[in-house]
Amino acid sequence: MNFDIALWLVQDGITNGAIYALLALALLLVFAVTRVIFVPQGEFIAYAALSLALLQSGRLPGTVYVLVIGGLIAAVFDSVIAIRARAYRQLPRIFAVYVVLPVLMSAIAWWAVPQKLSLWLQVLIVLGLVVPLGPILYRVAYRPLAGASVLVLFIVSMAAHYVLSGLGLVFFGSEGLRVQPFSEGKFQLGVLTVTAQSLWVLFASLVIMVVLWLLFDRTIYGKALRATAINRIGARLVGIPTELSGSLSFTLAAFIGAVSGILISPATTIYYDTGFLIGLKGFVGAILGGMGSYPLAVLGAVILGLFESFSSFWASTFKEVIVFTVIIPVLVWRSLTSIHHVEDEEQ
Amino acid sequence: MKLRICMTVGMAAAIAATGALADITIGVSIGFTGPQASLGVHYKNAFDLLPKTMAGEPVRYIILDNASDVTNAARNGRKLVTEDKVDVLMGSNGVPQSLALAQIASESKTPMLAFSPINVPAENAYWTFVVPQPTELMMDAVAKDIKKHNIKTLGYIGFSDGWGDIVLKATESHAAAAGYRIVANERYARNDTSVVGQVLKLMAANPDAVMVGGSGTGGALPQIALRVRGYKGLIYHNHGTVNSEFIKIGGKHVEGAIAPTGPIVVADELPAGYATKAVGEEFMKRYEATFKLGRNAFAGYSYDAVLLVDVAAQVALKKAKPGTPEFRAALRDALENVKNVVGTHAVYTMTPTNHNGMDERARVLVVVKDGQWRLMK
Repeated sequence: MNFDIALWLVQDGITNGAIYALLALALLLVFAVTRVIFVPQGEFIAYAALSLALLQSGRLPGTVYVLVIGGLIAAVFDSVIAIRARAYRQLPRIFAVYVVLPVLMSAIAWWAVPQKLSLWLQVLIVLGLVVPLGPILYRVAYRPLAGASVLVLFIVSMAAHYVLSGLGLVFFGSEGLRVQPFSEGKFQLGVLTVTAQSLWVLFASLVIMVVLWLLFDRTIYGKALRATAINRIGARLVGIPTELSGSLSFTLAAFIGAVSGILISPATTIYYDTGFLIGLKGFVGAILGGMGSYPLAVLGAVILGLFESFSSFWASTFKEVIVFTVIIPVLVWRSLTSIHHVEDEEQ
Repeated sequence: MKLRICMTVGMAAAIAATGALADITIGVSIGFTGPQASLGVHYKNAFDLLPKTMAGEPVRYIILDNASDVTNAARNGRKLVTEDKVDVLMGSNGVPQSLALAQIASESKTPMLAFSPINVPAENAYWTFVVPQPTELMMDAVAKDIKKHNIKTLGYIGFSDGWGDIVLKATESHAAAAGYRIVANERYARNDTSVVGQVLKLMAANPDAVMVGGSGTGGALPQIALRVRGYKGLIYHNHGTVNSEFIKIGGKHVEGAIAPTGPIVVADELPAGYATKAVGEEFMKRYEATFKLGRNAFAGYSYDAVLLVDVAAQVALKKAKPGTPEFRAALRDALENVKNVVGTHAVYTMTPTNHNGMDERARVLVVVKDGQWRLMK
């Protein structure tokens, strides 16, 4: 190995690491606010990437069915509760959020299929299709069990992952798809050829991180999320609706997942099950960072990306083994150095 | 009233029983849903175009879906041999599923035609015949081309699963004869997001050509990465990669990719007089007209399997009645002795030691030219 190759590997590692970092942030956010280990995070990556690829090839992405049917189920859930509580005034809002919005987005997608829209409009449509899946998933799968233990929520996550990835297989097929590059541009930086695509990934990741930071630090919603994360009961006592926090964190997670999917889709072939592994690596990144601090999670994810890149060079057969084994020493070290907290609900 | 129902049921059973006895029953287990559905659909479609009688006897096809799953394939197989008492088993579009069926075929003493290139364990080999080309035979075509180009060093990059190993082993088996050396062995997964590390390592070994052991769209990732990094040498693939999705994914980067495949895929381009040209061309034309689906190798395997049974049944029917163990044994013996049966993929000549029966005419090299798989001239 010489210095040139090392530079190449660093470039590759940082590009992948940036994606893992985004996902690590989303996982951490969802975990802090709702205590859900969000396994289906990866599905948003695959759904967004494959939907964009299908739109580009002039076909209607199956995401619209998932969105509309999921929305209907969520609407039924909420309506039943509202009617039982005789809170009829909530019904129009429920109908608007869970029925009108998904149907509207699907109609736009259906209209957009034969048009040769510009890439940016297609990206917006895909975001409109995938992001609402976040709150819908929260409403259908998690909110009825919001008070359950971390383990129960984790099992729900596994189930949601299998359902979504199975639906992905049905709607996108078993063969992979690829999105046309956003820009073919590349330029020389010393020995490196830097593609515009990888710069896009870095740029978008940084923007999202800054926006997240502003959101948490400057807005009332962000502060509500932070408050819920710090102390759920306390937040409720001061009047923060914790369901809203949950829904909001899932929306953000879906948004981050969808953006990640759109960012990597021109650089690699995406299969219906690709997202899971990427999400899992984001999760490992978050654990490397201690599963508590956002900057450390980003650092952990970038280190993981570098680790993966170098191990794919040295021992490609064992790449995944190496990448996932990193977690063990970190866990051992953490369990030796930190004081064990008993979970709230087990008191 | 009760009596009438009893009688009706009894008669129906009697009719069903005689029907089952007179018919030749072919039990098929394919995965036409699940992860391998894109192949399985072709295997399944082909049965709509296959003969309804053999040697004057009606044929009944029982086609079950195993959802690309080994457990389901085994369950299908057991049901077919015990409940339907099939005369011959066929399946499946996946190596593990086919191995499971071969096991059941052997236990139940039912002849079986495998739809994927399996290495049948010796204890099951007696009852099992393999329709598709063995990977060694396919790779032999590649090895000959490597020799023709006077390529001395070959870099290998393949899936980090069983398929990656199978292709590597087949590539290695011809290395000495064709005079090349494998100088790098890199692995990747179908759903990896990047193969930059592996490709850098490959290029550091500076091979004259690269062999990719992927399949379907999965084969495109290393080829794209190699071309983007400016690799100029030839890039070879295996027969698992020959489909139109591969080209759709790879675009201009996969132009010039070379792979072996069954001759049916390019039947219309084969030179006049090629042994399987007429059969292959005729079948593919009917297939494309009926299903409006692109050309593929897989439908041809179903055709060839049924053709082999057809030929063998002519002999076996003289010895026993369908639906009996004697017929199954006679059918197996006859399958083992078919000579020069011209199918869509090959001219089959079986022997007790060769249950595949193919020769060099069973594979051709194709190359991606202007976004199409074309016969390499």
